[in-house]
Parts: sequence; C-alpha cells; structure tokens
Amino acid sequence: MSNIGSYEERVKDFDWSIAEKELGYKQGEVINIGWYCSDRICEMGKGDKMALLWENAGGAEKRYTYNDIRVYSNTIADFLRRLGLKNEERVCLFMDRIPELYIGLVGILKIGAIAQPLFSAFGDESLFVRLENAGTSAIITQRKHALKVRKIIDRLPDLKHIIIVDHDGIKELKEKEIAFSMEAERVEELELFPTKAESPSLLHYTSGTTGLPKGVQHVHYSLISQYLTAKWVLDITDDDIYWCTADPGWVTGTSYGIIAPWALGVTQCVLDSGFSAEAWYRFIQKYRVTLWYSAPTAIRSLMKAGDQIVRQFDLSTLRHLISVGEPLNPEAVVWSEKVFGLPFHDSYWQTETGSIMITNFPGMKIKPGSMGKPFPGITGTLVKPETFEPINEPGVIGLIAFRPGWPAMMRTYWKNEETYKGKFKNGWYLPGDRARIDKDGYFWFIGRDDDIINTAGHLVSPFEVESALLEHPAVAESAVVSKPDEINMEVVKAFVTLKPGFEVSEELELSIMNFIRKKLSSLAMPQEVEYVDSLPKTRSGKIMRRMLHAKEWGEEIGDISTLEND
Amino acid sequence: MNDLKDVILKYVVEEYGDEDHVITFETHLISGGLVDSFSMVSLKRFLEVKYKISIPDEDASPEAFDSVNKIADLVKRFIS
Repeated sequence: MSNIGSYEERVKDFDWSIAEKELGYKQGEVINIGWYCSDRICEMGKGDKMALLWENAGGAEKRYTYNDIRVYSNTIADFLRRLGLKNEERVCLFMDRIPELYIGLVGILKIGAIAQPLFSAFGDESLFVRLENAGTSAIITQRKHALKVRKIIDRLPDLKHIIIVDHDGIKELKEKEIAFSMEAERVEELELFPTKAESPSLLHYTSGTTGLPKGVQHVHYSLISQYLTAKWVLDITDDDIYWCTADPGWVTGTSYGIIAPWALGVTQCVLDSGFSAEAWYRFIQKYRVTLWYSAPTAIRSLMKAGDQIVRQFDLSTLRHLISVGEPLNPEAVVWSEKVFGLPFHDSYWQTETGSIMITNFPGMKIKPGSMGKPFPGITGTLVKPETFEPINEPGVIGLIAFRPGWPAMMRTYWKNEETYKGKFKNGWYLPGDRARIDKDGYFWFIGRDDDIINTAGHLVSPFEVESALLEHPAVAESAVVSKPDEINMEVVKAFVTLKPGFEVSEELELSIMNFIRKKLSSLAMPQEVEYVDSLPKTRSGKIMRRMLHAKEWGEEIGDISTLEND
Repeated sequence: MNDLKDVILKYVVEEYGDEDHVITFETHLISGGLVDSFSMVSLKRFLEVKYKISIPDEDASPEAFDSVNKIADLVKRFIS
C-alpha cells in the first residue's frame, strides 16, 4: 500500500494541517527548514541513520549520518555567523554536487540567511547578473569555480566573502577569499535563528522571456508542501534508499534533493559525475536504490543506450520511479515498464510553485504521456487565454491555472514585485504553460505560452542569450529560439547577422558557440548558429521570434501583418 | 595519430580544463563531468571543422567522447 492510499479519499478530506501535525508544527511557532532536516531527525532517535551516501566520478565515497548533517551544518552556520552574516542576507552556494553543497544549504537556513543555490556550470556573466540582483553577501564555492568569481568581483560591491571549501593551503587566496573546511571542526550546539512561517528561505533564479533572470523567493513554510508531496508522490518511507538526480542549482535539487528527503529522514544518495548509462545503473545497483526521481532527458538517454545494458545490472531494488522537468513522452513510460518492470510517473511543477502540483500518483492508472492529476489541496484548472475564465469542456486547450495559497508557493520575485503580480489573473496563478484536460480529469501538456526554451528540463531565456550574443565581436543582431531535439526536447538555436568585415564560416560558428558556453552556460550555448542577412521585425523594430520558431518547428507562421517591409 | 591526439588534447584543455584538473589522453571527460552533453556538441563541431569531416549523431555517443584517446579513434575512422 502506498503512502497516499486512495487519491480520491485524500482529495475529499484534504487539509495542509496533515503535514503540520506530522511535523509537530503549530501556527505561529518557529519553523526552520535547517532544523527539520537535521536536529529533528536526531531528536526522533535516528541520529545514527545514514542521511547521505555520496560518490564522485573518481569513485571516492563519503557517508554522513543524520547526526553528521546536524553537526556539520552547525559548523557551517557557526562559521557564517562568525563572518558577521545575519538573517535574510543572501548566501550563494556555487558548487558541484559535493557534500558541502547539501549540508551548506542546511547551515545557511539555520542562521536565518537566504540560501541562493546556483548551477555550477554557469559562466561568469550568468553568475554576475544573479549575484548582483540578489545583492549577495557571501558565496560558498570550490577553487575551480572561484576563478569565475574573481572575474566579476570588482563589479559586486555587496559581495563580502568568497568561501572556498577545498583550498589546498598552498595557492594564494585573493581579495575577500577565505578557506573553510566543513569537517575540520564539529560544532555540537548552535543557537538556531527563530525563523517563522513567512521568513525567507531560498532564492532560486529562473529565466524570463524579456528581462533578466528572476529571483524566486520561497519561505520556510514551503516545507509543509515539500514534505507531504514527497511522502505521497515520491512515496518515501523510512526504509527507502532515495536518489534524486537533479542538481541543487535548480529547484528540484533543493525541494526534493535536500529539503523533503531529509525532513522525512530517508537515506538519500548522490552521484557527482557526468552522465553515462553504465555509471547510473551501477550506482543504483551498488546503493540498492528503491526510489528514483529523474528527468525525461536522462530517461531518453538511457533508452538510447539500449535494453541490453540494463540486463547487466541487478536493479531489482527499484520500486517506484518518478520524472520531472519537461513532458515525459509516452514511449519513455512504456519503455521503463518494459525494462525495469515499473513505469516512470510524470510530475509537473516549476521553480515558482516550489512543490509538485500535478502528477501521476502511486497506484493510480497511468495514461502514458499525461501529467496526471492535481495534488490534493491544489485547485488546478485551465483558463481561457482571453478572459482567464475556467474552461469546463474536456479536450479544450487552455492555460494551466492554480488557485493561490499552497504553502510552497513563491512569495515574490526578488526586487520585482510588478512581474510577480503579473503572474496572477482573475484570481489564478498562471505558470505560463498550456495544456488540455481529458474527460477523466488527466492533464496533458501542450507547450509553453511564451518564448522560454525548456532544454533538458532547464529554462533558458532567449533574451539573455541574445544579449550575450551581441557582445561577440562579430555579431550585429541576434534572435534566439528553440529547435526540436530528440533527447533534450528542445535546444537553443541562434539566428545572427554579422557586422561588416566578418565573413560567414564554420570557425566563426564554433567561436560564437564557445563564447556563449563560457559566458552563460553550456545549456544556453546555441547548438546551431544560422547566419541571415536580416531578422524579421515588426514595424516598431521588435524581432519576431515566433516566425523563426514556427520555421524551426514546421508550424504555421500566423499573422504577419505587423511585419516590417524591407 | 599522436599529432591528432595532441591537437584534441590541447583543445580540450583550453576549452574545458581548469587549474585543478590535469587532463591526459585517458581522462574521463563525459563520465568525469568535465564535458557535459551540451558542451559535447561544440567539441564535435570543432572536430568536424578542424578535420573537415562529418560525424553522424549516432556515432557521437557519450562513450565515444569520454576520453581524448577515444575521440581520436573516432575521428580516425572518418578521416582515413
């Protein structure tokens, strides 16, 4: 029997106080995610239980009990406090998937500071805009990533401390850099900062269509949603070995890669290495993983690696598989059932929602390709794009809409209240996606309602890439759209016009690709650059991305009455 | 062959290396996390431009790009 039991019964009787009671939280009292993820589990008598089983590409292993998580997060919290950092200051985590990243987040939250995790593959410009916008006070990083920070430090007056967790004691530390070793000292006791339900906890950056990235601000009360969704959707129980493959630079990696599993006291494992089917299957076999939360791009890559390799490993411990990040194609569901004897359960949510919103629950009939049904307590529907009134007929495409009020909902966009308010229409929160609902109440994803590119489950802003392209010496104008991709669903494609004196060449294309990879990230790197004489524009001079998008996807171009005449 | 491997190694070190990692002919580039699947596209493009070859997508697997030695073997198949 799964944790959720009957979905229909849960929907009927639902109240978020179910989670509050299980967590022992009463309205108005202190609620601190850092404490719930470590001290509380120890107080429950599980201090010796394994919290983290970690391995890297080189085969190095580390193991941490819940008591270790408690003590080392205290050590980090104490260190930050001694540097003078206070509650609500932003502390960035900019690391590979090493233990300091996971335990560091817990430590930051314990002093009431706001954790700002950023994907370690970001280039210096992507890093800069996010640190500048957040007014970040400190960054915890590794030597190799500190090199990117050094390039931008002069433009970040608010950044006071660059904390390096793997300093070798030999190389010279530069301005504002300080070495720190998490395991050099064990701080047994720490005075917890008394955060309340609405105290800010995390700041995750997500891409916008027309502006710079937006800082999605969450609060400590988000724990209530994250805890219960993990229990009912991921079906986490005390005896499980859980593996979330997401990087904590993105929201899945924090909500369900740190907060929820540790608040539930489960043993989780982390593999800090690049992708290979063999390495992943070996990891599942070695750690006897039972619950596996992954992403469609990874699943499609495993499919590509073939069925034969699956049979080389004992994966019989697996009991429940879940997917998130982008729509899970029906073939992947059918394939996983064939090779693992278990279907992947698609789940849908986003950085702003903080927790799973629509999903295929354990025990529920899966319709391959469907997103499933709303989580109990979530009022989800489709609204008409023109009026934002709910659509009542099945099969009609509309905008996904949620009634605000669930615990993990973002509270604002950092220093951007206006854009935050713009996400609500007619009393609904609109995540920016289109879908249809069938006669049985299942949601079916159709696509984004804007120009944002979803590549391998990560959102890339065309605006950000276009702006960076203009800094390349050869590029005069640029337009960025998605193009279809078998593995990643979508990838970035750039259309560029060249400045006088530059000639079209393959070498130039490679130069442009690498320029963006280093400046922004490999995700944002155009996988194709097409040279054009001019870009389609409206009479007011705005680039008509949708014409280029339609060309890439073989769609109707639509209304071009506003197209500028040459 | 050595020239080929040296050229590829030099490019990989310049584009993906950092001061903490000594990259050799045998270093695991993909499974070791030095080159991700997105960056692999620009590495493939470099090889195609440099050696005037076309590597079909089905041959450009993470396994085939996992070390300079393996990449050199792959490239050799298309230039010979």
